Formats: sequence, structure tokens, C-alpha cells
Amino acid sequence: MSVVAIDQVHKRYGALEVLKGVSLSVETGQVVAIIGRSGSGKSTMLRCINGLEAFQSGSITVAGHDVQQEPTKLRELRKDVGIVFQSYNLFPHLTVSQNITLSPRITQGVKAADAEVIARRVLSQVGLLEKFDAYPDMLSGGQQQRVAIARSLAMRPKVMLFDEVTSALDPELTGEVLLVMEQLAKEGMTMLLVTHEMSFARSVADLTVFMHQGKIWEAGPSKELFEYPKTAELQAFLSSGVK
Amino acid sequence: MSTFGWPEFLFLLRSAGWSIVLTVIALAFGAVGGGAFAIMRLANNAVLRTIAAIYILVIQSIPVLMILFMAYYGLSIAGVEIPPLLAASVSLSIYVSAYLAEIWRGSIQAVPPQQWEASASLALTRPQQYRYIILPQALRISLPPTVGFLVQLVKNTSIVSVVGFVELSRAGQLVNNATFRPFEVFMVVAAIYFAICFPLSRLSRYLERVLHVGRSH
Repeated sequence: MSVVAIDQVHKRYGALEVLKGVSLSVETGQVVAIIGRSGSGKSTMLRCINGLEAFQSGSITVAGHDVQQEPTKLRELRKDVGIVFQSYNLFPHLTVSQNITLSPRITQGVKAADAEVIARRVLSQVGLLEKFDAYPDMLSGGQQQRVAIARSLAMRPKVMLFDEVTSALDPELTGEVLLVMEQLAKEGMTMLLVTHEMSFARSVADLTVFMHQGKIWEAGPSKELFEYPKTAELQAFLSSGVK
Repeated sequence: MSTFGWPEFLFLLRSAGWSIVLTVIALAFGAVGGGAFAIMRLANNAVLRTIAAIYILVIQSIPVLMILFMAYYGLSIAGVEIPPLLAASVSLSIYVSAYLAEIWRGSIQAVPPQQWEASASLALTRPQQYRYIILPQALRISLPPTVGFLVQLVKNTSIVSVVGFVELSRAGQLVNNATFRPFEVFMVVAAIYFAICFPLSRLSRYLERVLHVGRSH
């Protein structure tokens, strides 16, 4: 059954309509890549899913939560939906372990000792257990991004959102982050990722969605979509030399 | 007429103690008020925001002296006798709260908005975001300008001499009235202010340097 259901979502910034009736359904365990040019609305759609952006009409349901802007409901939603950002957004004044344990402790009531166990588990998952006591500015971009993924995982999310998580990284550092994400996909995590990494989308995502001018222009199983793009816009996008 | 000797000098030093006491009181109460107004200024609620904005605007736009006169003479005409120390403390605290509110509002806004987003995405409530994520970072940003403002405050405590409270400036006037050696007396008074303020200025500069090097820990 679908864990994310987006139905006819419209979003406007003033007169500018950035989402023009977007609908998408994601099954548990599915990995969905969202591709498209900048300004196509892909990041906005992703951010609507955990309520970081409000939308004017339509509905989104995630893991049983109806997405709306009421603070209490938003917090319940966000306990089940992790998000990783392009710019990592670790908390610079906290150590890696404090970054990870903070929310489980204060929003889920996990005891300090148990939270530490969780931190060790998620840090091993991203291969950074040795950075437990480090501060974010002592880490490379790739390591910071892996910690950000670990921080989200510590919440035991039902869905993970990734918003261009490798776009700020040097090419040699993107690999380590993609590897962690691929591992996560194999373990059955439901993932939606906005990405410019076409080869990753093609090989890891079950489903790829091409967004264009605020709409889902074309969607389908990744391999099919990349092999046989149907619309002229997707063909143009794929042949425009985007990696 | 007495001469300007040790007893007079010690009297000035003791009075400088009162200037410091006033500074500390005004800072303590002003910090509580300033913190509250800074956060109100950034609240989602438009009414809270407007109240804080008006308060800050009004207080920053009138001389502290007027607040002091209103507190001291105004209330005594209304039949409420308040001691000079209280009038001085209250007026200075009000003055401090309006300025710290603005300094701290700026410091809070200097924390990158992504820190709000990331912490909101981890299901933190707004008070939790302030306590664990935003204020610790804002505090580091605010330290140099806050200490810098403290220097202004130390000097501005001198205005309470007009309601007869004997702090350093008032003590200087008293000693001068008795000795009629204005140049020596006020040189010493100025030197004492300098001795208090100069280390603070250096501290502010130092904090600015140190805190800007590493953004974290």
C-alpha cells in the first residue's frame, strides 16, 4: 500500500504557480528519483511532503499523516519522515553524537544511554563510528552529509527525503554518500530523492519521475524511462548533457 | 576647603563601585527584558511582534534621562516616593532592555535559516529549537556586541547623578565642590572610567576575533 500519496497538489508563490496539480503515489520500500531542470518544482514538491513548504490545494498523506501546517500535526509527521538537505545543516555547536541523539532524546523521550546506542548503530551504518565525538567542522563535506543521513535515521523514519544531497559535494565525495544511500535502499527504506545523479537514479531508483514546469511530465520504472523517454521534453533533458 | 588626597580618592573608588553595581543591576534586569523582547520581536504572533517593535522604537528614541526623570520626579509627584537607587536601576534596565533586544534579535537572525529548517524537520518544538539549536549559536554571535554595549552602559550610568545618586560622576562633583580642583578630580574620575571600560573594549575585540575563527564548539 502506498506510504506517500500526493494528490493534485497546487502551490503558488504569489502569482507564480510552481506546482500545478502534482499527483504521485509511493509504495513502502520503493525508491523514487525525481529529476528535472532547476525551477521545475522538484525540490518544492519534496519539501511539501514534510511540510517545510505549505501548499494551497490538494492533499498529501505520508505514513498515515495528513500533511497540514498545524504545528502539533507537523511534528508528528516529521517524526516519521526524515529529510537530508543539500547543505547538510548539521548543528555546528554540537558533536556528531549530540547532533544525532538530540531529537530522539527530546522529542521521543529516548533515554540518554539508549540514544547513544542508537547513535552508534546509525553511525556504523554510514561508516563513521570513529567520528562519534567530532564536531561537524572537523569533517569533510561527504562525511557531514553521511552524519546528516545518520541523524535522520536515528528517528527511525518510515520515509526518507533527499534534496539534492550530493550537489554541494566535490565529485570525489559524492560516491561515499551515494553508496550509503544505495545501501539504505537495499535495506528496504522508502526513499524519495531529488537528484542530478542520473546514473544513480537509473540504477538504484525503482521509479523515476521527470518534472517539468511544475508538473509530473513523465514517470515510470527507471530503466524504461531512461532507455525510452516518451516526451520530447524528457528526451531533450536527458540528451542535454546533464550527468 | 579640603585638599584632594587619599580619602577623596578612596571615596571616588568606592563610588566607582556603585557605578559597577548599577551596571550589573541594569544588565541583569535589562538582559531578562531584552531577551524577552528579542524573542517577541521574532514571534509568529503579529501582536507580540508589534508590541516589542513599539517598545524598542520608543525607548531607543528618547534619552535615558527622560526615563529617569519620569521614574524619579514623575512618580514622586504622583505620591510614590522611590529611592534614587531604585529609580536609577529601573530606568537603566529599561534602557538596556531596548538595546539588548535589538542586538540579540540581530544575533538570532544571524543564525542561518537552515538551522531552523533542519531542527524543525527533526520534530523539535519552537521552544526546543530556541533552546538547543538557535540560542546557543546566537549567544556566540551576540557576545562581542553585547560586551561592546556594556562599555556604553558603564559610561551612561553617569546620568543617574542628576537624581542625587552618588556613583562615580556624582562623587567627582562632590569632591570637586569640596576641593575645587576640577582638573585633577575629573582626570581621576575619567581615569577610573577608562580603567573599567578599556578592558571591556579589549574583551569585546578579543571575543570577536576568537568567536569568528571557528563557528562551532
